[in-house]
Amino acid sequence: MTDSFKIGDRSYDSRLIMGTGGAPSLEILREALINSGTQLTTVAMRRVAAGTRGSILDLLAELKIDVLPNTAGCLTAGDAVLTARLAREALGTSWVKLEVIADEHTLLPDPIELVDAARTLVDDGFTVLPYTNDDPVLARKLEDVGCAAVMPLGAPIGSGLGVRNPHNIELMVAAAGVPVILDAGIGSASDAALAMELGCSGVLLASAVTRSQQPGLMAAAMRDAVAAGYACRAAGRIPVRRFALASSPSRDESPAF
Amino acid sequence: MNVTINGETRSVSAGQSLADLIAAHTTARSGVAVAVNGEVVPKTTWPDHVLEDGATIEILTAVQGG
Repeated sequence: MTDSFKIGDRSYDSRLIMGTGGAPSLEILREALINSGTQLTTVAMRRVAAGTRGSILDLLAELKIDVLPNTAGCLTAGDAVLTARLAREALGTSWVKLEVIADEHTLLPDPIELVDAARTLVDDGFTVLPYTNDDPVLARKLEDVGCAAVMPLGAPIGSGLGVRNPHNIELMVAAAGVPVILDAGIGSASDAALAMELGCSGVLLASAVTRSQQPGLMAAAMRDAVAAGYACRAAGRIPVRRFALASSPSRDESPAF
Repeated sequence: MNVTINGETRSVSAGQSLADLIAAHTTARSGVAVAVNGEVVPKTTWPDHVLEDGATIEILTAVQGG
């Protein structure tokens, strides 16, 4: 499948968005990013430590991967908006993965603060990609305020539990006028493939690769899984049946040549 | 006078510019952004931005995450 993946005013060949958190070293991250085939990758904004500089930006620039700053760790709309604005100033991009979490224990999105922050940032000219609950109604609200995509969790961040509510993801895909990107919860390649088979336009993952035993190998597996899931969705799977349907004919039905 | 930089209180001389303060804190020039009292201060205005007593300064950069 060579259909490009359109978000906002951009177009990508890869439908796998990578995160960079959790990698044991920049060298391992480098290999994982290359093998993943990703063209868009998240970074977090944090207080600068005295005397250091952010080499992750150098790595992304070298690999010609677009940077997608996130607002990880923000608990209020106000914090998230300021972080997004700082990211725009620091990185020269008006794209943001908007995260407003409710607490540090669940890391689940706070829907009220999220919509509030999304509205403010859209009005301020940002291309907003919100990390959201797997709630079709909330997704609609986010689209209504002008988000360029909606990014529902499959399961809590870092849990590797996969897609816990496939039906809700399907409902979101059916109703959405913007790309639905499965964000968070992916553990294995089959999870990523399932997300794409459900109709998602892309998958965003980090821990599933960076915390695996062999991040470079896992990144390639995820790249292939996303591509396979997308092709499967496009090809149109057979209906599920309750009883067998023989694939061999009962007599010779070969067409005459 | 005192200002707070990334959560730590520092004593700085009156009239010091934001650009001097940032230069003392980090050598990074790209990928860095600064907020003073909750508002982004564009890099081009750092030299002209004179700090006031009690200012809260946040200096952020991109790190691995997400």
